[in-house]
Amino acid sequence: MRSVRALASTALVGLTATAVTSCSLVGGGDDDEPTSEGGTPTEVVLVTHESFTLPDEVLAAFEEESGYRLEVRSAGDAGSLTNRLVLTEDAPLGDVVFGVDNTFASRALEEGVIADTDVERPAGAAAYDLETGDAADDLVPVDTGNVCVNVDDTWFAREGLEPPADLDDLADPAYRDLLVVPGATTSSPGLAFLLATVAEYGDGWPAYWERLVDNGAKLVDGWSDAYQVDFTQGGGKGDRPIVVSYDSSPAFTLDGEGGTTTSALLDTCFRQVEYAGLLEGAANPEGGEALLEFLLTPEVQAALPESMYVFPVRDDVELPADWARFAEQPDEPYAVDPADIAENRDAWLREWSDVTTR
Amino acid sequence: MRRTLALLGLALGPVLVLGVFFVLPVGGMVARGFWPDGGFDPGGVVEVLTRPRTGRVVWFTVWSSAVATLVSVALGLPAAYVLHRLDLPLRRAVRAALLVPFVLPTVVVGVAFRQLLGESGPLGGLGLDGTPVAIVAGLAFFNVAVVIRSVGAAWEGLDPRPAEAAAALGASPLQVLRTVTLPALRPAIVSAASVVFLFCATSFGVVLTLGGLRYASVETEIYLLTTNLLDLQAAAALSVVQLVAITVLLALAARLRAVPDPTVARRTARPRAVRRSDWPQVLATVLLLALVAAPVLTLVLGSLRVGDAWSLGNYRALRSTGEGALLVPVTEALVTSLRTAVDATWMSLLLGLVVAVVVTRRSRTPAERRVRSVLDGFFMLPLGVSAVTLGFGFLITLDRPPVDLRDSALLVPVAQALVALPLVVRTIVPVLGGIDDRQRQAAASLGAGPLRTLATVDLPAVWRPLLAAAGFAFAASLGEFGATAFLARDERATVPVVIFRLIGSPGAMNYGMALAASVVLAATTAVVMLAVERLRVPSLGVL
Repeated sequence: MRSVRALASTALVGLTATAVTSCSLVGGGDDDEPTSEGGTPTEVVLVTHESFTLPDEVLAAFEEESGYRLEVRSAGDAGSLTNRLVLTEDAPLGDVVFGVDNTFASRALEEGVIADTDVERPAGAAAYDLETGDAADDLVPVDTGNVCVNVDDTWFAREGLEPPADLDDLADPAYRDLLVVPGATTSSPGLAFLLATVAEYGDGWPAYWERLVDNGAKLVDGWSDAYQVDFTQGGGKGDRPIVVSYDSSPAFTLDGEGGTTTSALLDTCFRQVEYAGLLEGAANPEGGEALLEFLLTPEVQAALPESMYVFPVRDDVELPADWARFAEQPDEPYAVDPADIAENRDAWLREWSDVTTR
Repeated sequence: MRRTLALLGLALGPVLVLGVFFVLPVGGMVARGFWPDGGFDPGGVVEVLTRPRTGRVVWFTVWSSAVATLVSVALGLPAAYVLHRLDLPLRRAVRAALLVPFVLPTVVVGVAFRQLLGESGPLGGLGLDGTPVAIVAGLAFFNVAVVIRSVGAAWEGLDPRPAEAAAALGASPLQVLRTVTLPALRPAIVSAASVVFLFCATSFGVVLTLGGLRYASVETEIYLLTTNLLDLQAAAALSVVQLVAITVLLALAARLRAVPDPTVARRTARPRAVRRSDWPQVLATVLLLALVAAPVLTLVLGSLRVGDAWSLGNYRALRSTGEGALLVPVTEALVTSLRTAVDATWMSLLLGLVVAVVVTRRSRTPAERRVRSVLDGFFMLPLGVSAVTLGFGFLITLDRPPVDLRDSALLVPVAQALVALPLVVRTIVPVLGGIDDRQRQAAASLGAGPLRTLATVDLPAVWRPLLAAAGFAFAASLGEFGATAFLARDERATVPVVIFRLIGSPGAMNYGMALAASVVLAATTAVVMLAVERLRVPSLGVL
């Protein structure tokens, strides 16, 4: 009798295990990858950051035209992406990288993780090429966007206050306790904003940040905290009407009556450019080059604004209607030489931490 | 000697798994710090340790985690008693609900907390946003469930007769608690507290989001050094600090946990009706519920707003990919999450059971005892080491045969199982250790084989904690973000990863969807927990 019970319980455990595996990943068996042993490679692997998306039909078009299966592996932000590439130099994570920006480009080039390529630039794209070193054109510009201070126009109208116009204004006591900034050490727009102040004030930037902090600037972890929680026009309806965000942000705060409730201050912008490149040691360099060229086609370029909230580098593709109306790009954004950034980034970040956390 | 060998043989499986998926990657990253350019140069690492900033960071981590652990235990004990010993309506539902915070992605809870505490929030007047108080509150919010569940599981199986006897002999309720109940629960409490401490010490999002960048913990510092500054020497130094600190902590916990006679007379007490003397505990539990519910409620309310109107629009949108922010719809991510969690759960239960059996068997020699306690501590390590170090370590060490696993679909569940493993072990060990070995000897002398002994002596006692552990592992897997975000492939994104992307994208719809997805994740967890609690196996008798 006892042994029957023991048998029953063993059977039950066994049954449960079987039932469980049927809804697991291990039992799924959907992992049949095209392998490239000996023959020609059949897939291209794109290594990128966590913000990468493109519409399904665009990705499918690449697979159809090139005959390669596209595998996307994304994780982390631009900084973490670059560092992953550097650390896995001996056994690259894929064939192509997308998403190294102009603040990290020098590190990627210096560490030799980007292979030689010769990709032709379409109309307008060459303007975004890096200008450091001989290998600079191995990184192909794909998209661009500006980090700018944004203001809530409705708030300023209601308070009867003139919105600030430039970086100096932000330290003006008239705008006390109104600004929220994502951290330079923890977010990519935060770093871009720090670089804007470096471009404007040169070696005097720490003094400017002291004034900002004294004027009640609030520092938060990342963009979503700054914009979604503290900014008055963000999802959480915070109480600070000035925020560091992007030049495209006003296209996302439409008031439903043909206007937008926010605007970007075009004299406070720092230009970010995102690059793609072939990885040194790629398993499928031909496929990689095909993917690089594909990223510059009008289809991808036109899809960039609504997928990744950035501007195309081609100047011959049409922007979405809201973008054309409300996302204004600055004519002369701040810029810092990528080589300078590479050399000083760590020192600047440490000094920034010191100034802001005192 | 043979016993020690048999012991090591049984432990071999789990040790091997931990060796490949933990020691190898973490060792690889630390080695990069000690051998910066191929040559051994520990000077850089030592230099980092002498920086004043390093000292500040370590000190902040230690005290904030310690305070958060104390708060979690203080809040969790009364609730464990009320929810596991008293016959209250809905106690199962409340128990399931209290585990919800444990799985919520920190980024969303951070937002919810800040909407409560922020300058314009309902609790803004307290001025807590960006203070250590907010950090401690956030850490306790996430971890109090650990105390309730693991101490509750032990409390439930505690024989009530000694306490009744003490009371009959004239001891006041407080005396009973102090002299009878707490000593019996000490192993479970210390176990839970050490797990909570490790969770707090390695928490990442809470410190950054709620601390407003003014506070850095070892974990946030390692993240900054590795992903941004690529200062691997400094990161290695801090990783070593982490490992040393955990080892000290575990040794301390093992000493505190040890009781002269761990055997507990096990008799599952029937939950009894609430008496007048129970009111303080019940009140404390209600208060805890309110504290836990507040941020969750903020999330629920936020998820039901579209523009300025109430709507279910955010929930309907979960079947889409948002305003272009996602590669897979949230509903698909939910399926992935559940499937991954099933895998992570069985893996961690399997490993955890073996580990628990190995470390709780009575030792005959001091050497054997030492081996067991070293093994016991070894399996706690994954909780105390930075997810960033582990993630980068995976990339640089598991990249060539025989362990070319970088792209394996198994990597995510395995990583999650490692995170859940200490929870499983710490939930089962106190109970398994409490079984009188003479029972097994009796079974053996009556002719039962080892497996039969396991099924008739150990399994009935360990069944409940095993269920609790399964629930934990499942929840830990559903909520895991750090390692998953690093390892999951795009088409296999889990819900926390998807939520992180949504909340980081512009547009009111993406924000609303992030909140709605969090609520769905929370609800899924609660339902699964409820189902797990209802599982019964009649053939196993004493349940």
